Amino acid sequence: MSGPAGFPPAARAIQKGDRRALARTITAVENGDPAAVPVVRALYPATGRIPMVGLTGPLGVGKSSLLNALVGLLRGQGKTVGAIAVDPSSPFSGGSVLGDRIRLERRADDDGVFFRSMASRGEAGGVAASTREVARLLEAAGFDVVFVETVGSGQADVAIREIATTSVVVLVPHLGDEVQTLKAGLFEIADVFDVNKSDLPGAELAARDLTELANMGTTRDNWNSRVVRTSTTTPSGIPELWEAITAHERFLDETGARVAGERRRLAAEIAGRLRDRVGRDVTDRLERDTELRRLLDQVVGRKVDPWSAADRLYRDWYRAR
Amino acid sequence: MARRPKPTPIRVLIAKPGLDGHDRGAKVVARALRDAGMEVIYAGLRQTPEDVVRAALEEDVDLIGLSILSGAHMALFPRILALLKEQKADKIPVFAGGIIPDEDARRLKKAGVRAIFGPGTSLEEIVSTARRLARGAA
Repeated sequence: MSGPAGFPPAARAIQKGDRRALARTITAVENGDPAAVPVVRALYPATGRIPMVGLTGPLGVGKSSLLNALVGLLRGQGKTVGAIAVDPSSPFSGGSVLGDRIRLERRADDDGVFFRSMASRGEAGGVAASTREVARLLEAAGFDVVFVETVGSGQADVAIREIATTSVVVLVPHLGDEVQTLKAGLFEIADVFDVNKSDLPGAELAARDLTELANMGTTRDNWNSRVVRTSTTTPSGIPELWEAITAHERFLDETGARVAGERRRLAAEIAGRLRDRVGRDVTDRLERDTELRRLLDQVVGRKVDPWSAADRLYRDWYRAR
Repeated sequence: MARRPKPTPIRVLIAKPGLDGHDRGAKVVARALRDAGMEVIYAGLRQTPEDVVRAALEEDVDLIGLSILSGAHMALFPRILALLKEQKADKIPVFAGGIIPDEDARRLKKAGVRAIFGPGTSLEEIVSTARRLARGAA
């Protein structure tokens, strides 16, 4: 949108590899600082090209250790890696302990890795509201691959699908019988299943159940989910995990599913942004605008129902424009 | 019209530089800061000064807390302060806790460590000092 003259200096700095500018812009994005908006917008055209790999799964399955192992593997191949690890914010204090960094083993002078911890800040679904934008910033900063490690997920935490091009669902032996794998939610989003801690007994059975699940049908993109087994202590299976991820990335390119997925994600993003904005706007008006306060009074007094009130607002405030 | 701005959480790095393995104190402080509404990046054990500074810059923290019980503070802390300065990041306040003799504490404060907490310091004092240091850093 803006020409080179309007290109924000921070955006230029990020593209030139300035890690401080990157770190500060991430903070601004997280904080909803309006100053970050032109930067994120300017960098948007430089995104959407690299693998964005989501690592999700219940707490304690070893996502951070796997992330560390994958970072090590890719650095060995000369690839640069950006990583985001999300941990939960307290619903009580708003604070958080972001502890995924302790698994990271890398040379402090290695500029080929950038690791950022994020708190979920009240967002459900496994990532923070701004995680997608931060992932884009990492891509714009030039990293070859970006990983997003979610909050330890429950059965229904699938928000990573709105960010990742490949979603890895990490599990461990003895998480439940094969019926668990049929349940909706988490098991549906896996492009790759990883049975981690595969040095433990039961790994073979878990992998068999997941393979059976994967053979029953494809994902929504018609991809046959892969099942791999890893252990970060032995270590074993890490190259195989990366191979499964890249196989899915190749599939996305060969079948056109990458573009289709981008369209789906971006349509949802546009709708989501508009929904947030309109929702905030309406909430605000219902409090401040005299006419709308009266409307709300009527709904509270059961004179007008909420459906009619919404219709009226939509007609008067949004549809006309 | 504008959304009421939520206060942005203070981001603080808690790290244990050096080679001692006693991280209970660091964990207790991390938890107290969490309960005070801060986002605590817990970097854990055996961090080199370079690791600490790297983490502080990537995580863009407002504050750095160092815990040490090994006795190597006179070697490690000045190195961390020097690296921060080298990176033009010496505005990030550094505080410390652990077993640090008074004489050393005096010298470290002179070198730029903003607060030093010995055994028996109340968590309230640590939290309020951390908050004051972080706010002053902006």
